[in-house]
Amino acid sequence: MHEMALTQGIVDICEQNAGGHPITTVVVSIGALSGVVPEALEFCFEACSAGTLLEGARLRIELVPGRACCQECQSEQPMERLFDPCSQCGSFLMQIISGQDMRVREIEVED
Amino acid sequence: MCTTCGCSSTPGHHHHGDEGHSHEHHHPLKKIVIEEDILAKNNRLAAFNRALFKEKNILVLNLVSSPGSGKTTLLERTLRDLSPRYRCAVIEGDQQTDNDARRIAATGVPVKQINTGAGCHLDAHMVMHATESFDLDNLDILFIENVGNLVCPAAFDLGEAHKVVVLSVTEGEDKPLKYPQMFHNSDLMLLNKVDLLPHLTFDVAQCKEYAARVSHDLRILEVSASTGQGLDDWYGWLEQELGK
Repeated sequence: MHEMALTQGIVDICEQNAGGHPITTVVVSIGALSGVVPEALEFCFEACSAGTLLEGARLRIELVPGRACCQECQSEQPMERLFDPCSQCGSFLMQIISGQDMRVREIEVED
Repeated sequence: MCTTCGCSSTPGHHHHGDEGHSHEHHHPLKKIVIEEDILAKNNRLAAFNRALFKEKNILVLNLVSSPGSGKTTLLERTLRDLSPRYRCAVIEGDQQTDNDARRIAATGVPVKQINTGAGCHLDAHMVMHATESFDLDNLDILFIENVGNLVCPAAFDLGEAHKVVVLSVTEGEDKPLKYPQMFHNSDLMLLNKVDLLPHLTFDVAQCKEYAARVSHDLRILEVSASTGQGLDDWYGWLEQELGK
């Protein structure tokens, strides 16, 4: 379950940026094509944040929908799974435009 | 003290799920914009590894697959066939035991075992330290055998030139669709154990078609590590990559 390692990454990034202040909210964005299960992140977050500046903080996950562009007919469209064919021409030559990223967007700290 | 969360009445404290429970006190809250990739640390170390491998002119391959696909057998055979021509080394990743490292060591090639413990994948930091035990100035190819797992290793760049995914014909032909991330991120697929095809119902053409859906430029080679079938194509691919 690599969500544990990813969550540890989230905790590290937040602590580095919090300037020692307790963190109340963490906002992350997770791409629909990133292979990450948001529920698993939430589950790991509680375990990883214990005893850190993030203890008790709220984790807000923004889901970024997948988008791709067909290399054959150039149509741009939503993509739910990595092997979805083009909805216009059926081609699998799809270039992914967005939805693979996993980012810590911002935190809210007690001042 | 607040009885809901146990905080020492520090104002402005807000918890997940404590809607309806109101604190009368408020801390000023400050928003800090970060916008950093969750994998940024791993990616930085992977970039460090990649630059080092480039400087030393070493071809580094990250071998990924489910457990039991024949990665170690394929490596043993490859090392025995290639070590007269190329200087090779191996990093072995497993949760526990050094069984695979001992098999590789028997071929005479330098090997470093990494035990991840509970971890399900290798990361760039582990690889960075594992390479310290090799003489990088005298190395042509470094094979990294990742933990047998078709999910997690897909997300972690190690600094390799290519991910090589090994799929054996004793598995289902729909593995590329079930674990699309791994096949999507790989540049070469070795379809292993093809000597067993006469005894199985595995549909090679269907498997290749599924793989092409997930990754249209994935190279696919059919091999058998135990009989040697198709290995010349694999060695040819390695030679071509070494020349780049």
